[in-house]
Amino acid sequence: MAIEKPPVDELVPRGEQPRTLSPSKHKKRTFGTGMLKGLSITFRHLISKPVTVQYPDEKDLLPPRSRGVIALKEENCTVCMLCARECPDWCIYIEGHKSTREIPGKKRGKKVNILDRFAIDYALCMYCGICVEVCPYDALFWAPEYEYAEHDITGLTHEMDTLKDWMYSVPPPEELEDGAMGPAVKNQLPDNTPKGEGG
Amino acid sequence: MSDQTPPGAPQQAVLTGAGTLRTEEMILNVGPQHPATHGVLRVMVTLDGERIVHGEPVIGYMHRGHEKLLEQRDFRQITNLLSRMDWLSGINNEIPASIAVERLMELEVPRRATYLRVILAEINRILNHLMFTGSFGLELGATTPVMYAFRERELLQQAMEMATGGRMHFGFIRPGGLKEDVPKGFVALALKGIRQLQKAIPDYENLLMGSEIFKARTVGVGRLSTERALDHGVSGPILRACGVAYDVRKAEPYLNYDEFDFDIPVGTTGDAYDRFFVLIEEMKESAKIAEQALIDLPAGSHLGDVPKRLTLPKGEIYSRAENPLGELGYFLVSDGDAKPYRMKVRTPSFSNISVVSHMLEGIYMPDLIAVLGSMFFVVGDIDR
Amino acid sequence: MIEEVFANPYIQLALKLGVLMILLPATLALGWVELKIGAHIQHRMGPMYPGGFHGWAQTVADGIKFVLKENVVPRNADRVVFSMVPFITMLGAALIFVVIPAGQNLVIEDLEVGLFYVLAASSIGVIAVLMAGWSSANKFSLLGALRAAAQLIAYELPLVLSASAVAMLAGSLSLVDIVQAQGPASPTGLYIPFAVYQVLGFPIFLCAVTAELTRPPFDMPVAEAELITGPWTEYTGIRFAFGFFAPEYIAMIGLAAVGATIYLGGYLPPVPALDFIPGIIWLLLKTGAILFLLIWVRWSFPRLREDQLQKFAWKVLIPLALLNIFVTGALKLTPWV
Repeated sequence: MAIEKPPVDELVPRGEQPRTLSPSKHKKRTFGTGMLKGLSITFRHLISKPVTVQYPDEKDLLPPRSRGVIALKEENCTVCMLCARECPDWCIYIEGHKSTREIPGKKRGKKVNILDRFAIDYALCMYCGICVEVCPYDALFWAPEYEYAEHDITGLTHEMDTLKDWMYSVPPPEELEDGAMGPAVKNQLPDNTPKGEGG
Repeated sequence: MSDQTPPGAPQQAVLTGAGTLRTEEMILNVGPQHPATHGVLRVMVTLDGERIVHGEPVIGYMHRGHEKLLEQRDFRQITNLLSRMDWLSGINNEIPASIAVERLMELEVPRRATYLRVILAEINRILNHLMFTGSFGLELGATTPVMYAFRERELLQQAMEMATGGRMHFGFIRPGGLKEDVPKGFVALALKGIRQLQKAIPDYENLLMGSEIFKARTVGVGRLSTERALDHGVSGPILRACGVAYDVRKAEPYLNYDEFDFDIPVGTTGDAYDRFFVLIEEMKESAKIAEQALIDLPAGSHLGDVPKRLTLPKGEIYSRAENPLGELGYFLVSDGDAKPYRMKVRTPSFSNISVVSHMLEGIYMPDLIAVLGSMFFVVGDIDR
Repeated sequence: MIEEVFANPYIQLALKLGVLMILLPATLALGWVELKIGAHIQHRMGPMYPGGFHGWAQTVADGIKFVLKENVVPRNADRVVFSMVPFITMLGAALIFVVIPAGQNLVIEDLEVGLFYVLAASSIGVIAVLMAGWSSANKFSLLGALRAAAQLIAYELPLVLSASAVAMLAGSLSLVDIVQAQGPASPTGLYIPFAVYQVLGFPIFLCAVTAELTRPPFDMPVAEAELITGPWTEYTGIRFAFGFFAPEYIAMIGLAAVGATIYLGGYLPPVPALDFIPGIIWLLLKTGAILFLLIWVRWSFPRLREDQLQKFAWKVLIPLALLNIFVTGALKLTPWV
């Protein structure tokens, strides 16, 4: 079955004037001037200050949102397992049990979940942040900590205590850019004016 | 690879009747581990002395089963996986997937989110083109432009990290808008990065494009005819270098590209020099778009009115966008679940690489490197 | 008084050996300088740690690393030839220093055919490259060796032709005479380096030197992207260090010193009034200038393809060098040259 190919002109929208290459600008120069210009550029860079940050003596400050490592705030965790379920790589290992917490003055206590084990396998983790985003109780946070390389791959599975330790490096929430208005709410137009009202 | 006659032993040569010397053709494997190919690509070349008689790219060394993985994940997880295909243009991989969902579910995206998507996409395009600018020079032996390219990338990557948290894999686009709004200082840092880039682009033009040696290595090398390019479905800078002014941003504007003022640079001969030229000029255009968008960034929401759990309606849709390497398309088939039933990805590098075997006939070995370097592909994009 | 000390044959022997001893540390120093200049051109810092101050011991550490590597000879290789190659390249590079003058009498041996001898010594490397490629029993090495040999032979001619124009100007092949002809023994008595008359010849000489050293932009034989290190692929450890790495730098210093001697006036000061500064300092400064040029060019340009390289030599450099000889001959007819 022969396929009809559209003519080349029809690929280009009507009225569009693309800027074509003018090779003369670069091709027709006296022989040698291009190379001399190249030499002058490299010389200019030679005498300017290098941009190297001499790690580990100097360290760059990472922005607060930087996805370095995930820290756990154990007090907020209710073992709802949402993070483990949503993780695309299934790298979060959670173990918990139910227990009853006594409430003074009441006959029946409150059923609570106790967190036994919370481990993240950073060898599998793809640093997507879905677990942090999906946690309804704000128990997981991003921290810009990146110096946790190990010699053995099993050492990359970090248990609850290490994850709790990393809370120290979690930055405070930062200010948003001018004009940010949060997610749109129902019955509002996308630029946050309520529907039905006059402009 | 047969090596019957090591040097030091008499070589086998046959004198034919006309008095010419017939030598054996040698089959050489360039790759899969090779410093010059962008990833694990293997090119099997049949050499006759220094000339290539036949060259064939062998792909599949990096196949990770992306499309099957996507069938088991919902759209928040899909967005994070998609940037691993063409890892140099992370945001541009995520955008058409979200657009597909938005069109299928008829979601409205706030204007601010659209502008921010355009900004992030164009910054990513600049990052991608800078990377290829540098690596192309490196393959030809110019060790300096790659360092300059990475220095330009640094400020822009810092801007991206400030907004999204990642430097290469972003996972920031969600159906309906963005994951969160950008922090304070993003616009300033992004503008600073773009202005620095605009000041530095003449350096690449003069150091590489104006250099006689570079011209001698790339002018007339790896010529691709328009006919062949269109037959193989080549798109992106390579197609534009052949002379066809096809850019999805102008042909089928998505996001709000029709509101920005930019040109499409187009080449004339389709050789490696023109492809490089298109790359540099596209960087200038992307900088223009990003600058316009950053200055005109409207106030508003970053995410539209999107249900908590995205359940796609039954149906199928194809959405395409202009990836820095070419046209990226997603064919999404949904059967009413949160996870797609099938998501076929049309990647630009796959089609771009299919022309390589035609371009390799009759050229010299060093030109193989120049041709491969000028074809702008990412192996993760070819193999998925 | 100093001349008397130098006239003592034992002192002379010690000095001659001393020059050869200095070659290896000079190589290490030059390697470090190249790394630093290349780094700063690329906006970075280069070695910073080894040795403390800006990583001066980086090349020393590299040398130690080379020595500690395994001694590997491929099974199919011709052992005798394979092992001989590093000696030959080192020899070819070190022999250049025999005739380079650091003062009117400060030279290991002032041969009457000094210039001719230098060019001959520097071409010993060609046979070593062929030996390396052939004896490695490796297709890539052979390909690289043939490329390298073709390149080296092609660029011998511009080297010789431009050097012979200098010999015409000076009227002698002895390097000391050539230097003196740029200063006290010149027809006008003015200190005019030959580079002034050899506006065409000096750049040709520099191009030819860069190609003889297989340095970028003429480094196709050792282009990593395609042939790893060409004829030197099978050489590891100390064989690589002494067969490729060190001789390249030694020959670089040697040929740069030759260029400084025949074009820039060698150990002569720019003006006679400055002759209280010893000649060796001037020689080092001028050699350093040419070395800087070689390093600067290395980091600035992509490499030429092999056939373009050959075209450049045969179709551009040689005709220009011949033209240069005619021009020099015409200049010689004037009384003040």
